[in-house]
Amino acid sequence: MPIFWLFLIVLAIAAVGFVIGRQRALQSAGGDSRGLHSLPGYYGWNVALKAMVPAFGLMVVWLLVQPIYVSSTVSGMIPESAIAEGSSMGLVMAEVRRAAEGLDSAVAAGAITEDFARNARADVADVTQRLKDAGQIVTSQITQPVLRAAQEYRILNNTGNLVMSGLVIAIALAGALYALRETNAVFRARNVVEQGVRALLIAAASIAVLTTLGIVLSLVFNTIEFFRLYPASEFFFGLNWAPSFSGRGGASDLGILPLLWGTLYISIVALLVAVPIGLFAAIYLSEYASRRLRAVAKPAIEVLAGIPTIVYGLFALLTVGPLLMEVFGKEGLGWMQSGTSVMTAGLVMGIMLIPFVSSLSDDIINAVPQAMRDGSYGLGATQSETIRQVVLPAALPGIVGAILLAASRAIGETMIVVLGAGAAARLDLNPFEAMTTVTAKIVSQLTGDADFASPEALVAFALGMTLFVITLGLNIFALYIVRKYREQYE
Amino acid sequence: MYDAPHTAEMKVNQKEIKFDCRDCQVYYGDTHAIKDVSVQIEDKTVTAFIGPSGCGKSTFLRCLNRMNDTIDVARVEGSFLLDGENIYDKKVDPVQLRAKVGMVFQKPNPFPKSIYDNIAYGPRIHGLAKNKTDLDDIVERSLRRGAIWDEVKDRLHASGTGLSGGQQQRLCIARAIATEPEVLLMDEPCSALDPIATGQVEELIDELRESYSVVIVTHSMQQAARVSQKTAFFHLGNLVEYGETGQIFTNPVDPRTESYITGRIG
Repeated sequence: MPIFWLFLIVLAIAAVGFVIGRQRALQSAGGDSRGLHSLPGYYGWNVALKAMVPAFGLMVVWLLVQPIYVSSTVSGMIPESAIAEGSSMGLVMAEVRRAAEGLDSAVAAGAITEDFARNARADVADVTQRLKDAGQIVTSQITQPVLRAAQEYRILNNTGNLVMSGLVIAIALAGALYALRETNAVFRARNVVEQGVRALLIAAASIAVLTTLGIVLSLVFNTIEFFRLYPASEFFFGLNWAPSFSGRGGASDLGILPLLWGTLYISIVALLVAVPIGLFAAIYLSEYASRRLRAVAKPAIEVLAGIPTIVYGLFALLTVGPLLMEVFGKEGLGWMQSGTSVMTAGLVMGIMLIPFVSSLSDDIINAVPQAMRDGSYGLGATQSETIRQVVLPAALPGIVGAILLAASRAIGETMIVVLGAGAAARLDLNPFEAMTTVTAKIVSQLTGDADFASPEALVAFALGMTLFVITLGLNIFALYIVRKYREQYE
Repeated sequence: MYDAPHTAEMKVNQKEIKFDCRDCQVYYGDTHAIKDVSVQIEDKTVTAFIGPSGCGKSTFLRCLNRMNDTIDVARVEGSFLLDGENIYDKKVDPVQLRAKVGMVFQKPNPFPKSIYDNIAYGPRIHGLAKNKTDLDDIVERSLRRGAIWDEVKDRLHASGTGLSGGQQQRLCIARAIATEPEVLLMDEPCSALDPIATGQVEELIDELRESYSVVIVTHSMQQAARVSQKTAFFHLGNLVEYGETGQIFTNPVDPRTESYITGRIG
């Protein structure tokens, strides 16, 4: 039975339970809802929840456990000898799964009968031929152990699904019946629903946290795998980035320093653009602009934050790069070799970051109490003196937080770098040279055709992990500063 | 408005007029907040503004150093003569004016800087100190006049926000004194303070009278009676009565004043 149908059946049981539970509660109070502890709807929800939650819980657990159980049972059936030279258990199991799917589809298409698919003594060549005739893609020759395993795999899965369907429906019914039995006028259905809502919210929050954990773990294991293949000291202190793709390992230089340097250099240029412009814009908007101008200008600046970074990348490649070439290129000062450079990417990234800095700073400057400004004006200070000497120092921790958040955004940026800064990993001080960043290299390492188990591909995870640690550090630092600032005024 | 019944006695106490305000009107948008107020504030005197909440006494106080300029919708009319010069005249710089007419606010608002920098803020802006020693002197003198020197002299470089409420308010008063103003406006300076701190600030106000003209807005009638020599009673944007404090509290002319003082309107 498809999972979808099972899902619908449980929902239907819950829906029916809702209606009956509601009625039953009303009956127990003699048809007068004022005699009930809770509103009638709560009794309905109580029944529906008790039908759904355990049933769906079992379903999820079963769906997680069954593939693991089936795989381990079936792989136990395959003898060591069946695994060909240069192959592995994983590959053979993939073949088993493909064969099982082939059998499934062939049965569904009517090319073979269920009995035939299950026939353990069937001739391997015959089955292969029939599957091919039925339009199923199978490896050239299914071996006897693989066919046996595939048949066993199908049987186990089918029985598993059947048992699961039965159990889930039974539990849903049992839950509904149990809830209906406890439904009477004094039962506190409202409190049960309250707990249900709470559990739902906790579940949503934990999924968000667990996902973060999962992302970190997936990075960690691959990073550890990388460091087993490639010495960590050379990764962290190597001055050269030259992965070899043809050699499949061995001859690669995978030093992170040129990439980190490129990342930091481009980020610094970006911040040098974004921080003054964003901060001054924020000061103007919060201190000088009239309310009407502010209502128009603030959203207009925030539009910049809504532009996809790939569009910024195109802007860098097609407009800013050629523009810089005219001034600093061969025709002009001669410092620039091509349109892609640290400057190009940094300038465009700076523009992208303006709304981050301005919007956050604007909020923070507005949060400085009016009493501070009054105090300063009352002493005969002008507006700019007040801003420079009272408002900005008071808002400084928050502004630093905003800048750090913008910085971690800059460090993680990819598309603008790919299009604007070039792909050459280089340790250089000239901002008109092409350089590249950690993120851009992660993309190029994973989109190549390198073997996934080679250090050239795995280095992407180590790079990602390094980047993650850096931006996490920045974010925590930013949050710490912002929080410290909040305590001062609230 | 104030028809002095004891003209002879008045003449003896007659002091120089610091602020001469005539026919003053203030509008907040469409609201007419101050109506036809005329008042003469004397030099080296504490003048108290009393009246129920929303009667316009704070608004009028803020007119005296043009703090209402920072509110977009506020509009001020009438003549405010400070030593014979209209402070709303075009050639008067409100920034310069505020250095001459200092202000202390309802809630203590020390800047998030050190105690020293809080006091030195005004002198630095207006270039009152020739050098570091001079500035040190100004800071010490102001803190002494603010009656807070002994409490903070060992921690001048600690943050001003770390002081207690009463200390903060005295710091703010010292900060206002540091720019050597001629008039000191105080908008309910004790409303956020406990009785002990209030007592200290009131004592301080009494001392300040020797050198400044002090105008204080207060909700506490006892406070007005304790610290002021002149009292003005505001009601619904009008100046109802203005005169010697003793006379206002013991023998008010207007029935509204009497009702307010005895607690029947508020």
